[in-house]
Amino acid sequence: MQSACATLEIRDEADAVDAICAAKAKGDCCAIVGGGSKSGLGRYAPQAQALSTVALTGVTLYEPNELVLSARAGVPLSEIEALLDQHGQQLAFEPMDYGLLFRAEAGGATIGGAIAVNAAGPRRIKAGAARDHLLGFRCVTGRGEQVKSGGRVMKNVTGYDLSKLVCGSYGTLALLTELTLKVLPKPQTECTLLAIGAHEAESLALLRRATATPCEPSALAMLPAGAAPLALNANAAAIRLEGPAISVTARRDDLVGRLARGGLRFETLDEYDSKTLWRGLRDAAPVAAKVGQVWRMSVAPSEGFAVVERIRRAGAPMLAHFYDWAGGLIWLCLETAPDAYAAVVRSAVDASGGHATLIRASEEVRATVDVFHPQPAALTALTRRVKNSFDPAHILERGRMRAEF
Amino acid sequence: MSRRNELIARLGAILPRESLIVDEVARRAYECDAFTMYRALPLVVTLPESVEQVRAIMALAAEMNVKVVPRGAGTSLSGGSMPLEDGILLGMSKFNRILEIDYENRCARVQPGVQNLAISKAVEAQGFYYAPDPSSQIACSIGGNVAENAGGVHCLKYGLTTNNILGLDVVLMGGDLIRLGGKHLDSEGYDLIGLMTGSEGLLGVVTEVTVRLLQRPPVARGLLLGFASVAAGARCVSAIIARGVIPAGLEMMDKATIHAVERFQPCGYPLDAQALVIVELDGTQAEVDHLVGVVQDIAREEGATTIRASTSEAERLQFWAGRKNAFPAVSCIAPDYLCMDGTIPRARLPEALAGMDRLAKEQGLSVANVFHAGDGNLHPLILYDASKEGDVERAEKLGFDILRLCVSLGGVLTGEHGVGVEKRDLMGEMFTEVDLAQQMRLKCAFDPEGRLNPGKVFPTLHRCAELGMMRVSGGKMPFPHLPRF
Repeated sequence: MQSACATLEIRDEADAVDAICAAKAKGDCCAIVGGGSKSGLGRYAPQAQALSTVALTGVTLYEPNELVLSARAGVPLSEIEALLDQHGQQLAFEPMDYGLLFRAEAGGATIGGAIAVNAAGPRRIKAGAARDHLLGFRCVTGRGEQVKSGGRVMKNVTGYDLSKLVCGSYGTLALLTELTLKVLPKPQTECTLLAIGAHEAESLALLRRATATPCEPSALAMLPAGAAPLALNANAAAIRLEGPAISVTARRDDLVGRLARGGLRFETLDEYDSKTLWRGLRDAAPVAAKVGQVWRMSVAPSEGFAVVERIRRAGAPMLAHFYDWAGGLIWLCLETAPDAYAAVVRSAVDASGGHATLIRASEEVRATVDVFHPQPAALTALTRRVKNSFDPAHILERGRMRAEF
Repeated sequence: MSRRNELIARLGAILPRESLIVDEVARRAYECDAFTMYRALPLVVTLPESVEQVRAIMALAAEMNVKVVPRGAGTSLSGGSMPLEDGILLGMSKFNRILEIDYENRCARVQPGVQNLAISKAVEAQGFYYAPDPSSQIACSIGGNVAENAGGVHCLKYGLTTNNILGLDVVLMGGDLIRLGGKHLDSEGYDLIGLMTGSEGLLGVVTEVTVRLLQRPPVARGLLLGFASVAAGARCVSAIIARGVIPAGLEMMDKATIHAVERFQPCGYPLDAQALVIVELDGTQAEVDHLVGVVQDIAREEGATTIRASTSEAERLQFWAGRKNAFPAVSCIAPDYLCMDGTIPRARLPEALAGMDRLAKEQGLSVANVFHAGDGNLHPLILYDASKEGDVERAEKLGFDILRLCVSLGGVLTGEHGVGVEKRDLMGEMFTEVDLAQQMRLKCAFDPEGRLNPGKVFPTLHRCAELGMMRVSGGKMPFPHLPRF
């Protein structure tokens, strides 16, 4: 919920149909709210009312041997993760928790919200994002129609893959009611190799070299000196290895041999410390604690450093930054400004190809600055037609992604 | 001048003579894809070689209100690129270049006509490969893979086409070119790459694909496991996954297929087994050796009658040789076969096979089964003889019955071959009218006049304006709970 407005609790699909149809009749628009952990995400666009999904509770199917779980949209992510953990399984896309960025504490997210923003974490480079794990769903569209797509099996090309489309649609197409996800075994153990002491660009090059080895890293991040949660006095490249203990140790030793050179110091974080580190990086801890506006940029891994350098050289006041996805994901905190330095950030990204999202800024700023990366005209027109196919009257999350709809 | 002549004349202004096939005999080569039951002679065949030509053809088609059917290598098993007698066939075979290999960002930019296997070949010297490996990978093109969201034997661990592409260039009906994604992860805005993948050529024509490259694991080992019953084999597959092992490949075949394969090309499969499971494990040497031990233990616990683990690369390849030759082997035991493609929850396999036996008997036909057991994707091969009166119809009926069975067991109509023309009339088995209307509205968002590959996927064609008016909601009146005065 972006500001105080009436909240209507959705208990089932019939409720959602009624609420959306009633809103349509009045010409009202609706926010969709789960745990509220991402209410600060997206353009600031006040809605007439909020539809709360928290009453859509219950895991409706979990068959560990089939690697499949179905849950209604309001189930807390933490509840799903705890259930999977009991069976040695996990959501391999390692969904980020936005709580740390917006309210200085983690927790509160629902599975529906994680899907709606196409949540991902450090394992994105190996295991994919939410989009790669949603097998099927049920929803009520902005037309007030109950629609299902996909199924509960891993391989399915029956009709269009709407699962991909709803991931990252920020509630602008449909109110998700039930999700079916692919789940995967948890790795037996993990460790993290830290390569400390290289220049920022060299540290990033080292991460890319690590991706071109058979050591199968499951996460690769670069933390500048001083960055939380490590707070080292030098730059660090962090490489996570997961799997059976025998293999993790062998791969770490192999990796040290391949990456070693003068001026570089190696340290290994054991399972506990490794988990703590990646949980922090998943939730953008190095930028979350700073007071300022936060940008998230997705670029080709080899371009990460160049993009940050362009922003630095353009004089934008950088408070903190770090790289995930072997350099392909940049988190950046800038001093607060009315324009959030959007032109500087976006031109830096455009020069390399990719996109920049303004994740954290005040309502006033998010009402005027494009939160999502601007698109060329033909793509904007197509996006609008896709939106209209689900929600022609722009009932759901009007203005949350694009000012025009 | 007839409309066809006018169309040909205007296409002639876009394309060089050798890229425009007008002659009937030459057009015959394009009358079907690998789903050979249905054929149609295309109005005209175009073989463009530049994006500008594709855009011009799509603009002309919109202007002259002519339908277009895109085609890659023509290996579709569901008739996805079956031509239309009143439509342009848009062959993408001349888009056959690998444009860039970017090892640093572990991706390659390729044109859609590039063969699937050619990508892996181009990067293998550097230790990389492209993961999705459909059985037709020596022939099928990457553009077709995108259209059908192709899978393969490795997709349990490494994903389908949709999980392995980063960017697409797409020409829409009318000629607009849109760029989706690039070398970065997760495209901005709606995930239209995800929507395009598996859309069976109904939404746009792909003119460039950016694929992810993976590092080839240093070691791979195979296991051959024989079982005295299909149920025991299925239990073993579940037990492997339950133990937290995700094999690179996990395949199963029934007795009929085992015997067909051994007759075609002996590779040491156990002839006494009712079901054969092939497991491939990859990774570092230490990890693979450890996991081979784990899987052997599980197989013993599940009562395997044969357990063999490969000790050399040659032996591993031999284990696979039979599976890779399963289709040609089956074609030696029957004059014709129809390859179906359903997916079921894995645990329902024994029921599915028993049901299939019953259905086959009803039609007086038999079925051989190969099964991507890890992800529940079943390929029943229906054996028939096209020269026998009524056999084709019986085979088709059996195929439909089998797919209905898959849906009733919680599965879907197609795991990786697509709906095409083959299964479009079964879409109602899985989806309500409302579900289908929403999918068709998306089609309208891309192609409002329905000119691109019409007649595929959807059982009925609606005009987009009608879909906009539709207000069905589970058969209920709109706003049932609103007070009406």
